[in-house]
Amino acid sequence: MDENKDAIFKALGDSTRRLILDELSERNELTLYELTARLIMKHDLSISRQAIAKHLSVLEDAELVISRRKGKYRVIIFNNEPLKNLLKRWIE
Amino acid sequence: MDIIVTSIFVEDQDKALKFYTEALGFVKKHDVPAGEARWITVVSPNEQDGPELLLEPNGHPAAKEYQEKLFADGIPVTMFGVENIHEEYERLMQNGVTFTMKPTDMGDITLAVFDDTCGNLIQIIQQ
Repeated sequence: MDENKDAIFKALGDSTRRLILDELSERNELTLYELTARLIMKHDLSISRQAIAKHLSVLEDAELVISRRKGKYRVIIFNNEPLKNLLKRWIE
Repeated sequence: MDIIVTSIFVEDQDKALKFYTEALGFVKKHDVPAGEARWITVVSPNEQDGPELLLEPNGHPAAKEYQEKLFADGIPVTMFGVENIHEEYERLMQNGVTFTMKPTDMGDITLAVFDDTCGNLIQIIQQ
């Protein structure tokens, strides 16, 4: 659990990764392309697809995002369960 | 140096020619035998002496893998420019084209993405 906590804080410690979570929380699911397009064009971020993929793997390590195969597509989904569990201990 | 031909991998050349001409409205420029396959190119109706799009068979295993992996991540293989994206969207929808991204405003540009039924996603853009 503590290991997971470290992974969550590491993942949240970066503004691009928080922006990715913002985007994912607005939509139920996005493909890598849609996410990239939104980050670059909507937020004016200069970032490569490779860099986004690296950020996603940090988020995946923290289990904050999961990717699922949907027919011919692979979609990225926000998983807020780890955050709920993390905060529950302090808030309740 | 000029860009005269750019290519796109397709699953089935006949099906691709039909889609690119009938559904999208490109004009067939060349269709000649070339070994086992054919050399098929299409051009924009507005610029028939302009760059040609080659409909290249995806027979090589790497070509299929390239198509499948880009498709899975929703990444378009190429981009076409349009004058009015909302009109194009309506026109293409009427021709039975399936969009994976409806016209979406991205600041200075608006883009949309559709499935070319030949294994690719294509982006159209109005800028």
